[in-house]
Amino acid sequence: MTVPTAAPPTVGTPGLGKRVALFATCINDTMMPGAPAATVKLLERLGCTVEFPRAQTCCGQILTNTGYFTEALGTVTSYVKAFSDYDYIVAPSGSCIASVRHQHPMLARHAGDAGLEKVSTEVVGRSYELSEFLVDVLGVVDVGAYFPHRVTYHPSCHSVRLAKIGDRPYRLLEAVRGIDLVTLPHADECCGFGGTFSLKNPDVSVAMASDKARHVRSTNCEYLIGADNACLLNIGGILDRQRSGITTIHLAEVLAMTEKDAS
Amino acid sequence: MSTGAERRTPAPPPAAWETYPVFPKAAKIELQLTEQRKNLRHATGTIRAKRLDRASEVPNWEDLRTAAAAIKDRVARHLDEYLVEAERTLTEAGVTVHWASTADEANAIVADIAVAKGVDEVVKIKSMVTQELDLNEYLEKRGIAAWETDLAELIVQLGHDLPSHILVPAIHRNRSEVREIFVEEMGRYGTPAPEGISDDPHELTQAARAHLRAKFLRAKMAVSGGNFIVADTGTLVIVESEGNGRMCLTLPETLVSIVGIEKVLPTVEDLEVFLKLLPRSSTGERMNPYTSMWSGVTPGDGPQDLHVILLDNGRTRVLSDPTGRAALRCIRCSACLNICPVYERVGGHAYGSPYPGPIGAILNPQLHGMGSERDRALPFASTLCGACNDVCLVRIPFTDILVHLRHLAVEHKTAKHPTVEQGIMKTAAWVLSDGKHLEKAQLATRAAGRVLGDRPLGPMPVPLAGRWLRARDVDAPPTETFRQWWKKHEQERKES
Repeated sequence: MTVPTAAPPTVGTPGLGKRVALFATCINDTMMPGAPAATVKLLERLGCTVEFPRAQTCCGQILTNTGYFTEALGTVTSYVKAFSDYDYIVAPSGSCIASVRHQHPMLARHAGDAGLEKVSTEVVGRSYELSEFLVDVLGVVDVGAYFPHRVTYHPSCHSVRLAKIGDRPYRLLEAVRGIDLVTLPHADECCGFGGTFSLKNPDVSVAMASDKARHVRSTNCEYLIGADNACLLNIGGILDRQRSGITTIHLAEVLAMTEKDAS
Repeated sequence: MSTGAERRTPAPPPAAWETYPVFPKAAKIELQLTEQRKNLRHATGTIRAKRLDRASEVPNWEDLRTAAAAIKDRVARHLDEYLVEAERTLTEAGVTVHWASTADEANAIVADIAVAKGVDEVVKIKSMVTQELDLNEYLEKRGIAAWETDLAELIVQLGHDLPSHILVPAIHRNRSEVREIFVEEMGRYGTPAPEGISDDPHELTQAARAHLRAKFLRAKMAVSGGNFIVADTGTLVIVESEGNGRMCLTLPETLVSIVGIEKVLPTVEDLEVFLKLLPRSSTGERMNPYTSMWSGVTPGDGPQDLHVILLDNGRTRVLSDPTGRAALRCIRCSACLNICPVYERVGGHAYGSPYPGPIGAILNPQLHGMGSERDRALPFASTLCGACNDVCLVRIPFTDILVHLRHLAVEHKTAKHPTVEQGIMKTAAWVLSDGKHLEKAQLATRAAGRVLGDRPLGPMPVPLAGRWLRARDVDAPPTETFRQWWKKHEQERKES
């Protein structure tokens, strides 16, 4: 293990006075609670007051993207109900944030509910993917994290192309102490998850996921980091079946880790 | 119609487009063609890299894309006016203008012209619209031989094959396969391939050149598509790489051009935008080698009998959908195919149409309607990764249209009777409509987590989840959800 040489980080508490609502997302809440828990830990360390409105559920994209617009409308109303009182809504998922931003107002419009469309547009406008909130709102790149491992990062399609979070995760990761961040070949190619695509077109999905896993293995990393757990579930599923020894981990969990945790 | 007579041109494969299985099944077959997958990976990767180089050297590339989208939207808004203007200017320039609402009508017009001219063969420029119409087979049935003169289309035709890419129809073939096709088939339909020909690209193109030259010199009639029609001047425009198009456009006496109604542009100034974008985005070249533009008949120079068929064939149906109509902006550059991770792995045939890839997934169900299972499956043949959105030179919002068409497909499927999927989705809708409902559902996932313990889930013969677990291991659901962790965390916060 690398011995930390840098002085203990003094990143301060840029989040002081900021009241943040965590949008955990349904898949994290139910299947992978480590990512939202790490988000809470990280944001509180940076001084934010984090709240978790229990009325929240899901962005609804599993319904919307399968074509069930009417059925998805309940997620638009539950999102508004849970989050309308907050100035900052933060989720550890670019895909879910992209979905609420682009699809919630569309779903309300499709239902002919102009009132819901208006209030939904306002609420989703205050919604941030975690790295956006850290870099743009809190203005930090170095969050005081420590992660002494060889890692690579998969930039999920919805995070990059729909939520447009850009290179923020890379900037945050590059500032992590002890990290050895290796470039992932063909990083911008989709992992093949695509929600119900992986069930409706299982063969193409596996072909894409296997190629992605091959590229990940070629980096000889210990950890594959991502900002969307759904993609990590897909790629990690292949890596585990192959007994590759590579662990998938959410960006929030890496950023939450400090030298205190490591010792 | 000729009956019982032998075919004049190579027969297409017995499994024509109409008999292709639905996308998931067709994709499964295509995925097993390892040579094809290698060819596709190599070819799409090469074109992608070239395109990126050529696009990134244009400083106002993003502005040009915006302009192209705006011009196409203006055309769609005023299509009725621009088409009538184009008909007038073309007619004034000596062109006979025909209107066709269906494929049958368009095909019949072409054949009738050939019959009236007394010709029994035509040379063809590479044209997507004639693939859409299946013109070659129609002409074959009426005793007229249609010869493809584009190199890749020639490979497809001689190979008794179907095109698998809009721009590079033989993308799924490598050069040794091309050599075999030439050696085997060329002699049956004209000048044979030279003895002892190798798979060297130069030798192969020389063989094609000799084979085609005889057909060009003999041809009395040519059939083309058209990349653009300029409405105010009555000008047709075709861009190409090989010069075979130029031969077809200048040598025969009669030229019939079939053009989709969405291909009209208001003025030559509008054309400028597209001629800057198209070659860079399609072949990754700064400029395509041949751009042919002609405005009517010039006495003593080139074809003296010009026809233009303005084709609907479902395009007005696309135009009537406010969300879907952006698909009509497409100028068939193929960048969306080359960037698409699904296309790269399965190739074009799996889409069951000459329009494959992302553009095929949004165009076919709109041109044809949602009546067939094959068309309904196409909007689902995408992970919604959005790479097509970013690469499209006319900024078609592919993922929005795909989701919209998925909704139309669901409406169509569930209109008469409820489906199993709908039942699952309605249950999910209830769970996800309220935090309290989700907490109740999590009682079940936590119970499953307790039963399964720390064991990862491997292959198991269960519906739906089995499709996932066939190739992936997944951890059992945790016994503690985030909600429960949060309760404890809140308690700890209060205490500290």
